[in-house]
Amino acid sequence: MSEITVTINERRLTGRPGQTILELAADNGIDIPNLCHDPRLTPTGACRLCLVEVEGQRAPVTACTFGIADGMVVRTETEEIRRLRKTVLELLFYEHRGVCTTCNEHGHCSLAKYAYEYQLDDGIFQAGRAGDRDENCMTGNEAIGYDVDKCIRCGRCIKICEEVQMDAALTFKGRAAAVEVSTFFDIPLNESTCELCGQCISTCPTGALYERKAEGKGQRKDLTRTRTTCPYCGVGCQIDLNVNTHTGEIVRVTSPVGVVPNNGNLCVKGKFAMDFVADTRRLTTPLIKRSGKFQQATWEEAIELIAGRLREIKANHGPDSIAGLSSAKCTNEDNYVFQKFIRAAVGTNNVDHCARLCHASTVAGLARAFGSGAMTNSIAEIRNAGCIFVIGSNTTEAHPVMALDIKQAVAKNRAQLLVADPREIDLARFAKLYVAQKPGTDVALINAMMNVIIAEDLHDKKFINRRTENFDALAEVVKDFTPEKAEAITTIPAEKIRQAARIYANAASASIVYSMGITQHTTGTDNVLSLANLAMLTGNIGAESTGVNPLRGQNNVQGACDLGALPNVYPGYQSVEDENIRAKFEEAWSAELPQNKGLTVIEMLHAVETGDIKALYIMGENPALSDPNLNRTRKALEAVDFLVVQDIFLSETAQYADVVLPATCFAEKNGTFTNTERRVQRVRRAVAPPGQAREDWRIISEIATQMGYPMAYDSAGEILDEIASVSPIYGGISFKRIDAVGLQWPCPDKNHPGTKFLHKDKFTRGKGKFHPVEFKDPAELTSGKYPFVLSTGRLLYQFHTGTMTRKCSAINQVSPAGFVEIHTEDAASLGIEDGQKVEVATKRGKVTTLAKVTDNIGKGWIFMPFHFQEGPANMLTIDELDPTAKIPEYKVCAAAVRKISSAD
Amino acid sequence: MGSSIGAKPSSDFKPLDKILKSMPKAGKGELIPLLQAIQNAYGYLPKDILAEMSRRTGIEPSTIYGVATFYEQFYLEPHGRHTVKCCRGTACHVKGSSRIIRTLQQNLGVEPGGTTEDMEFTFETVACLGACALAPVMVVDGTYYGKMTYRKVDTVLNSYRQASKENA
Ligand code: SF4
Ligand code: SF4
Ligand code: SF4
Ligand code: FES
Ligand code: FES
Repeated sequence: MSEITVTINERRLTGRPGQTILELAADNGIDIPNLCHDPRLTPTGACRLCLVEVEGQRAPVTACTFGIADGMVVRTETEEIRRLRKTVLELLFYEHRGVCTTCNEHGHCSLAKYAYEYQLDDGIFQAGRAGDRDENCMTGNEAIGYDVDKCIRCGRCIKICEEVQMDAALTFKGRAAAVEVSTFFDIPLNESTCELCGQCISTCPTGALYERKAEGKGQRKDLTRTRTTCPYCGVGCQIDLNVNTHTGEIVRVTSPVGVVPNNGNLCVKGKFAMDFVADTRRLTTPLIKRSGKFQQATWEEAIELIAGRLREIKANHGPDSIAGLSSAKCTNEDNYVFQKFIRAAVGTNNVDHCARLCHASTVAGLARAFGSGAMTNSIAEIRNAGCIFVIGSNTTEAHPVMALDIKQAVAKNRAQLLVADPREIDLARFAKLYVAQKPGTDVALINAMMNVIIAEDLHDKKFINRRTENFDALAEVVKDFTPEKAEAITTIPAEKIRQAARIYANAASASIVYSMGITQHTTGTDNVLSLANLAMLTGNIGAESTGVNPLRGQNNVQGACDLGALPNVYPGYQSVEDENIRAKFEEAWSAELPQNKGLTVIEMLHAVETGDIKALYIMGENPALSDPNLNRTRKALEAVDFLVVQDIFLSETAQYADVVLPATCFAEKNGTFTNTERRVQRVRRAVAPPGQAREDWRIISEIATQMGYPMAYDSAGEILDEIASVSPIYGGISFKRIDAVGLQWPCPDKNHPGTKFLHKDKFTRGKGKFHPVEFKDPAELTSGKYPFVLSTGRLLYQFHTGTMTRKCSAINQVSPAGFVEIHTEDAASLGIEDGQKVEVATKRGKVTTLAKVTDNIGKGWIFMPFHFQEGPANMLTIDELDPTAKIPEYKVCAAAVRKISSAD
Repeated sequence: MGSSIGAKPSSDFKPLDKILKSMPKAGKGELIPLLQAIQNAYGYLPKDILAEMSRRTGIEPSTIYGVATFYEQFYLEPHGRHTVKCCRGTACHVKGSSRIIRTLQQNLGVEPGGTTEDMEFTFETVACLGACALAPVMVVDGTYYGKMTYRKVDTVLNSYRQASKENA
């Protein structure tokens, strides 16, 4: 019994058990008016507009709450029903005192739509504005505005904040006619639990809640919408840029319910942080530095200069004296063209990008264990996992929309959430078990969990036998790694480690979610291998809702890796050291290609010091703020003979350049990004570029051509087709196929549907391989002089080096400055109060910042976000590298904190 | 100064501790009794006490505020133990309510809308109490004093003061 037959308006329809009349009707294109319904929410039946007639029911019922039953006969448009609905609408207009003529939401507002459809009398508008209730919790908020006169008290905003965002920032305040939406004691929104996701705006059926910036910038009906992919994090939310074509301005960002992967939900960055696109500080012409000063130049001059200098350096010092940094913010097409330029036109494999700094250890570790270094499963699968083990990922802040799925899994599907993080992050609220490991001790925790699993016979022997190799070596190493031993290292009580092991191992399906808390260590690859071991040990890989899932940081860091912006592989992870593969690329690219793998990011900068690297070409990256041990990094940028920076702003790095080239940003170009779940998605041009800015791939092609290696493409689509022809995992991907919904690689041919989860019947490398890992200390341990363990990380409101987010007034209002988190007791013993100025110092440098005193971090541990150019955390971080992946240890170094007295 | 001083300074968590101890598993379902207990203890619903209650019970602060503003019985501002309302509607006005109001003002030492320093009375005036036949009308905590005169004001108020003293 899984099909139910219902007749709606004389049409026989089949539905599923549990469906409401409204859902069944919507599935079949029958429109039932509604105002308080949103498929993302549990229905309330509050507005009573969706009334329909059901045979056998004495009175009309609300279609949004009434479940279907076999044989049910429904009528949605009888005269009586239409009359009732008209009355409901008229009553709503007693409360709604705005007028459509001046409303920003005209063209989107459901109330206005129905007023027209039901031909309400003009008299509805005569109530006029109350005008005396203008002050509210959103007054002065730069992101969101609330006009109580347009509020119909449907409750959707309150529900979405509670059920989807799970912040419960909003409530109805008061009673009867005076009801309005507010916060706890009407405190300003930014002081409440609100995260400025804007979900409340997205669900509001009227113009009551709106984007502050959109005020007066054009009515919704006059804006064009262009579907594209969010330029911030690796979740890859689908967004619609709403552009006023007269002014060429992005007025607001929306996202419709139903899109993959975000179902209409966004976070503050995707929703509000688009100011940077039209910022007047964008680069608009090429700049050439002459006697220490930048001067505007023509494209011809700049390109000639660059091509000439690169040719000269190549001739004098060989191609390996040149290196390029590609960009995880640029499109797949840009990255493909960039690495092709470095390899074929310059003739070196010295190409890398910032994935080195975030997930190089993922790529290295997972490739060794499974044969493929990417998120094994899909975002949507998280919702059905029996257990979710989040380790080293502050998902709510770094991958906010992914965090919604994790919270849903717990709240709706009773998933057991395990959280391991040195800081008591937001997700800990939802966790069955939260443990705080000392930074840099992940291997100890995971080894002990595996010790328990084997000792208690919870491992999946069948899976181990059939699908894996080298189990005995693993068993040998973890045999002595008891929870007690791990307690001494991690500070987590042994009993909690046992509990964690049991929860993970006993779940019907368990999914590991991790991010840079795991990867940014000198033991990053070891950490990743450990997680791979844990998953294989319990058979939690190669099946739905399981897996080892690294969340990739930047919007296209997955794509930049896929497209070979790495020193050891061509596009599609094909080794540069494999002769057959090299031959294939030499033929495809009609060039002789270098045989040795190239240098990684940090190695390049260190090679400047030794004089081995003479020229650096940096596209859309900002090492002068993002790389560890900034003093050393900046010296290298200063010292290199020739530096080209191609960017959208004159970034900290661009200041050091000899030539700066203005590039287009995501909103001005076509192409693709690949999100963290391997989904290749469209990027579409919505506005014109500023001044003379050009697409990155066009600039690169011209320089290559000028250097004697002709590269010419007409469009990004043409580049994607070339990518498909040389990179089997992208083999079946084209603009046409991903027009509506992106495809997940591997997608080898034109008919392949894409791959939801990896390693189904067979690992990419054949058998999964256990790599036993011994615990190793971080590179730098605390000492008397530097007694604190310093970790660095990310904030919800900021992105990377703040180049984009810090141009946004809504963001600046809520996240104006950096800080250092320190435990209450540590602060007390140092005489430091919350909000006070402090100095944080390590062996490499010192910075001034503000203290944030909290109980959410362990004693002796401190945390700093790295986004802020004033008081940059990376002045402090250490540039010791993981030996395999060459990722620096951003998460652990030894630091000192002191109060700055007024005398300083 | 003993308990005759009304509302506790609101950062005093001890009464809250006691309430939460007596209702150990209180959650959303018990929100109304919780709020009533807090109001009894503090005289009104202070913001920081509700914030602390939210932290300890896990009930969302916004939900607490929603309920607190929905019911007329709850006060979010310091409020006297007794509410004195005097009618200034037409019928009462004609029969001399303004004199009563002046007398109340003098006796209590506060303007309409204010609360006495000892937290004994909050004084309000209303447009019409719907008991015009009894004009002029004054109400204390739901007890109607019809055909009121300004001379009786002291006696009525003193009877409440006396009762408070005896309770203390
Ligand atoms: S922006 Fe998001 S968190 Fe803030 S009130 Fe709206 S739904 Fe809630
Ligand atoms: S603000 Fe919008 S969503 Fe919220 S209750 Fe009012 S009309 Fe509904
Ligand atoms: S979650 Fe990531 S992709 Fe989605 S809107 Fe936020 S920053 Fe953009
Ligand atoms: S949509 Fe059904 S009652 Fe509002
Ligand atoms: S006018 Fe005073 S009770 Fe009506």
